[in-house]
Amino acid sequence: MTDRSEMFDKLKGLIEPFNKKGVDLNDATTFAGDLEWDSLTVMDFVAEVEDTFDIVITMNMQAEIETVGQLADAVLKLVD
Amino acid sequence: MTDLFSKFDPLIQQREALLATGVTDPFSLVMEKVLSPTVAICNGKETILLGTYNYMGMTFDDDVIAAGKQAYDDFGAGTTGSRVLNGTFDPHRDVETALREFYDMDHAMVFSTGYQANLGIISTIAGKGDYIILDIDSHASIYDGCKMGDAEIVAFRHNDIEALEKRLKRLPPEAGKLVVLEGVYSMLGDVAPLKEMVRISKENGAMVLVDEAHSMGFIGEHGRGVAEEQGCIDDVDFIIGTFSKSVGTVGGFCVSNHPKFEILRLVCRPYVFTAALPPSVMASSATSVRKLMHGSNKRAHLWENSKTLHKGLRDLGFTLGTETPQSAIIAVIMPDLEKGAMMWEALLAEGLYVNLARPPATPAGMTLLRCSLCAEHSAEQVQDILGRFERAGESDRDHLTAPFTHNFGTSTSAATSGHLRCHGLISICVPAWRFIFHAR
Ligand SMILES: Cc1ncc(COP(=O)(O)O)c(C=O)c1O
Repeated sequence: MTDRSEMFDKLKGLIEPFNKKGVDLNDATTFAGDLEWDSLTVMDFVAEVEDTFDIVITMNMQAEIETVGQLADAVLKLVD
Repeated sequence: MTDLFSKFDPLIQQREALLATGVTDPFSLVMEKVLSPTVAICNGKETILLGTYNYMGMTFDDDVIAAGKQAYDDFGAGTTGSRVLNGTFDPHRDVETALREFYDMDHAMVFSTGYQANLGIISTIAGKGDYIILDIDSHASIYDGCKMGDAEIVAFRHNDIEALEKRLKRLPPEAGKLVVLEGVYSMLGDVAPLKEMVRISKENGAMVLVDEAHSMGFIGEHGRGVAEEQGCIDDVDFIIGTFSKSVGTVGGFCVSNHPKFEILRLVCRPYVFTAALPPSVMASSATSVRKLMHGSNKRAHLWENSKTLHKGLRDLGFTLGTETPQSAIIAVIMPDLEKGAMMWEALLAEGLYVNLARPPATPAGMTLLRCSLCAEHSAEQVQDILGRFERAGESDRDHLTAPFTHNFGTSTSAATSGHLRCHGLISICVPAWRFIFHAR
């Protein structure tokens, strides 16, 4: 069991190498708008998250995730 | 009122900016006359065709044309109905027989296009609670098949065996799984490591579908494709193919040994709710498929052409999509869309047509000049083609080499084919399915 803030910090660590613009990360940070990631970056990042937590984030799920906070919630559910 | 077209504004602007540089619109070429599988008249000029999927040159085959003409006389111009009602004529049955013979499989089902074959098969067999595991560089028709169905979609990095295996192992063991692969990926012309991927899929309880659109007729001992060449065709559950490439007509199909396959004719909506292809097309296709079974001389010449062009372009300094010639597609990587369009136009001025491919049809946001060879290109034509590339490149040396870095082999590109680069994590891939302007 990971608690939410722990999860958020872990994800922050994973985002950092892809955070080329040094954007401040909070629950509401969006991948497309704030981080300006393109589809290549997204794919690499999703694979990174999947491997770290040994989970699969389906494209169906990805479609619903726009912010870092939503990602944290989704990953928490998947690792449970 | 919200203008529903405002979502296209970025593309409209990009297009206008491109045309403002003075280049000819690369996406509105008209062939005024087609003289042979390899030569057409474009803008009044005789042009060598190096951007068709006419790999085996069957479009002008005498027997193929004669069979179509005869069917016109015998069956009329069209079917005016669905395959399951009044649209199955003798030539439709015959072409399915020809496909069963060609692939040595028990069942064959012909659709109106390859696009519809993928759409229909994938969306029908993978339902709610099932998983589809696909290569991220899959063709738009595969993504659209996923989008149309109710399955969970899992993508893995292009041609990455380990990425596929990891994802399969993470899925619930009891869930239904369909792994979707392609033999040849048509943007870069690279081949998939099917043998390993099929084995891993089977070990993890998945069924396997392989789209062999770009390998039929010239890869594998009997021309059955990459799965045959790599010795794993017996473990492939479904092969998707098309008549619009090596066969030289139009239509799509699925072949399989699954004992319950025929039920799909009743439940597969893109098969049921559309008119059957004209009998002339079916008769031409059946003749072409049967001739492809005996095309080994043509195959050898096609491979010769592919090798010569690959080496020649490399020697001229172009950056290519594959390190070695793996198929009949040789992709020249251009630095960006504008340079790609300029080079494309310079080639056309030299009397050479290639495909200009750009995102979202291409992997990793690349702009490509895609060359596809035909067994009917003569050795002299291939030399001529290289000369035209050299002259077109000289008009601007910068065009020759792309600063684009590209890793070969596994774990290369990423995003892709079906994908529109939208905004959103999420838009990630999904918008991809929603929204395809220029898929391959
Ligand atoms: C891999 C792949 N699958 C399917 C298709 C669709 O074939 P068709 O032209 O018959 O719709 C194509 C061709 O565009 C393709 O490249």
